[in-house]
Amino acid sequence: MGNSSSGKVQKERSMLLQKVMIANHFKKLSTAHADNKKVVYTFVPGNLNELIRAFDMLPVHPEINALQSAMRKKSAGYIREAEKYGHSEDVCTYVKCDVGMLKSGNIGPTGEKLPEPDLLLLSYTGCFTFLKWFEILRQEYDCPVVVLQVPYQGDGEITPEMTAYVAKQLREEVVPVMEKISGNKLDEEKLRRLLDSSARAESDLVEILESARHKPSPIDAYFGGVYYIGPIFTAFRGLETCEEYYRVLRSEVEDRLKKGQGPITPEGPLNEEKYRLVVEGPPNWTSFREFWKMFHEESAVVVASSYTKVGGIYDTGFRHNSAEPFESLAKYCLGCYTNLNLPSRIDLLEKYIRDYSADGFLINSIKSCNSFSAGQLLILRELEDRTGKPGGFIESDLVDPRYFSAANIKNRLESYFQMLDSRIQEASVN
Amino acid sequence: MDCYIGIDLGSTTSKAIYMDPDGNLLGRGITNSRSNYHLACEIAEEEAENNSRFAMLEKDICSDPQCKGKSADIMAWILSKYKLAEHKAQLDALREICFKDIDSWQDPLAASLYREITGKIFTGMEEATTALFQPGAVMKSDFFRDIATGQFMELAQEQIREHMEKISFERLIGVFDKGIIRVESVSFARAFQENIDFAYRQIKDLPDFAPFADKIHAAVKTASQQVFNIKSKVGTGYGRQRLPFEKSQIRSEILCHGLGAHYMFPKTRTVLDIGGQDTKAIQVDAQGIVKNFQMNDRCAAGCGRYLGYVADEMNMGVHELGPTALKATKVVRINSTCTVFAGAELRQRLSLGEKREDILAGLHRAIILRAMSLLARSGGVRNEFTFTGGVAKNRAATKALRKLVDENYGKLKINISPDSIFTGACGAALFARS
Repeated sequence: MGNSSSGKVQKERSMLLQKVMIANHFKKLSTAHADNKKVVYTFVPGNLNELIRAFDMLPVHPEINALQSAMRKKSAGYIREAEKYGHSEDVCTYVKCDVGMLKSGNIGPTGEKLPEPDLLLLSYTGCFTFLKWFEILRQEYDCPVVVLQVPYQGDGEITPEMTAYVAKQLREEVVPVMEKISGNKLDEEKLRRLLDSSARAESDLVEILESARHKPSPIDAYFGGVYYIGPIFTAFRGLETCEEYYRVLRSEVEDRLKKGQGPITPEGPLNEEKYRLVVEGPPNWTSFREFWKMFHEESAVVVASSYTKVGGIYDTGFRHNSAEPFESLAKYCLGCYTNLNLPSRIDLLEKYIRDYSADGFLINSIKSCNSFSAGQLLILRELEDRTGKPGGFIESDLVDPRYFSAANIKNRLESYFQMLDSRIQEASVN
Repeated sequence: MDCYIGIDLGSTTSKAIYMDPDGNLLGRGITNSRSNYHLACEIAEEEAENNSRFAMLEKDICSDPQCKGKSADIMAWILSKYKLAEHKAQLDALREICFKDIDSWQDPLAASLYREITGKIFTGMEEATTALFQPGAVMKSDFFRDIATGQFMELAQEQIREHMEKISFERLIGVFDKGIIRVESVSFARAFQENIDFAYRQIKDLPDFAPFADKIHAAVKTASQQVFNIKSKVGTGYGRQRLPFEKSQIRSEILCHGLGAHYMFPKTRTVLDIGGQDTKAIQVDAQGIVKNFQMNDRCAAGCGRYLGYVADEMNMGVHELGPTALKATKVVRINSTCTVFAGAELRQRLSLGEKREDILAGLHRAIILRAMSLLARSGGVRNEFTFTGGVAKNRAATKALRKLVDENYGKLKINISPDSIFTGACGAALFARS
């Protein structure tokens, strides 16, 4: 993260735990091929971590590397590098950041070199960019690609046919390739154990996220939330360390809840909760801390966000289920946030605004991401109509610093908070 | 008298409003923002204070039955002479600074030559001054910098033609550039008493006004001696963070424009503000409270600053763009409102044989088209619709806006106040009062 403006950042045990988990993972990746481990490149939405881990393979998430690069202020250079190779200004900046990193030696966030993939596993096809991204990577690495076709929830639900269709592909197309690459038969018992572990961590995560229903909220469910979802959305779901992380985090959050404390931010604990917000859309990573500070300065807490659902919407009941391993993996792939249709997204956000007693909601529209950004103005209008809560609209980008205009965003946020203030005052008078 | 102040520090101009406890507007002040918001704020405030005194003076004179039929004339003369005094003081200061600069040069020969030529230019500027500040004269700009720059450039060119081999145009302009920055870093608005006395002395013996001299004198004295007891100040605009105000005394321009537009036109529901570097589409409720807004982001294409660049490219004053565009017989389709590409776009159209006025009409339409998209994003245009900001003073822009609103939203009441540039400051003053 950026330079500290207020000295040392308060670190809790869960934060240190996550840091160790990440460091160990990248360490293992750096020696993967020497250790005879196979490596799978895959994306966060609909990731099949339990399956990958059941084959004892190691996952790499290119978009996580991209956002890590942005937080380490390296993305601008990587994007320029990718543009030199002909990728246009309009291409998703996660892709360009990843390609740039690859062309610059593929050094990961911990400074260690990332191994080349043995398999490119695309387990969510709702994002067209993902398909194109793997086409590029296939050219670079010349390794097998598996594409799992995941139907869009066009009618707002996951039908049994959709689940069966995805589960069939998992059994007949994904597993055989993974068996061939790893040289091992699938150990179904191991898969079941991993799925059980996932479900336990998932339940803890839901408790953590739902703690924000309390006033004051002990967590920030957007800026803090992106750290909370880190292990479960990436390489660790299904592992014992992941379960431990969520147990520790949950007890920390429960402790803050008991003491009536607000969230911990890089600027220190937030003691006053002036505004409660729901946020739609990913954060900006290049100026993440500056962006968060703009909220902190206004004593604004994000109580729920859609971004923390990109790797699974657990709070509406989904859990990985060892009783039906493939079906539950299929439902997981089908249920990620960007696979919802617009009305479902609006319903979910409306529910958050009501359940979490939000004063308003904000949309961060991302230049790079059509999956998120298309239809967001419609979402804004509809949510305003349904809830009567004011919506704010800001624009930035994922990892291209050229599209984060701090003065402009601060100006809009300030205007939004002042608008919220006058609306709250108006409501208290009437 | 108790009063409240609203200040809007814009990217191009800084505005201030004085308001009384009942919400009546006392006076307004405006100055160019320079790159010094602190000073711009101070000057705009002083200008607003002076303007409040003028308003009192006018009220006093107009309500006097003795002055009936003559009051408008009296006020026009006093104001023009007042402005003349202010201008002269700035011109004197500028000359002195320029001379001082030349005197400090190492080469005495060059210094003496440039001093002589600069002296001639300033004499020429001074001679033109009285004619400039005739009552009722139309000014190309409200700001000393603009007027002085125009005059100096013109007279310098004449001198160059005469002494082409001996002096360099760049060096001459360099002297002016250094000087004008120094003059702009000092406020000349403080000398109300001095300037109004000068104005009074200039008119009191004129045959038309002599019979009213005593009345005028008394009114001038009352206005000069008025004490303004400032109860509260609120700042807004791009430079608001630089104001030495408490956080609670700073409001975003979105809220100020919303409330200001509601104050000017109480039935306003949608506000469009096109300022120097941003465009805002704002929806307000029946109380002027902001319901929703959209602002341009990442790119300031199509804002006021764009018109400034276009004017420079065409070698025209910003004030002249609108009137020229109104002479168009057709509207050339312009696709880019990018300020950086403005020059290329213009030259290309000119090279294709298009007329200046037709291109300008197209440019104004392009700006408004961009604003229309922002309006649509904010929830559309509702009745009544108020257009604010510096660009609302441009008649070609308002013409394009009326047409596009009409085509897209049907017949709506469109409000444009002659004071639209003060909308944000007005909203800030209302916040100060609340």
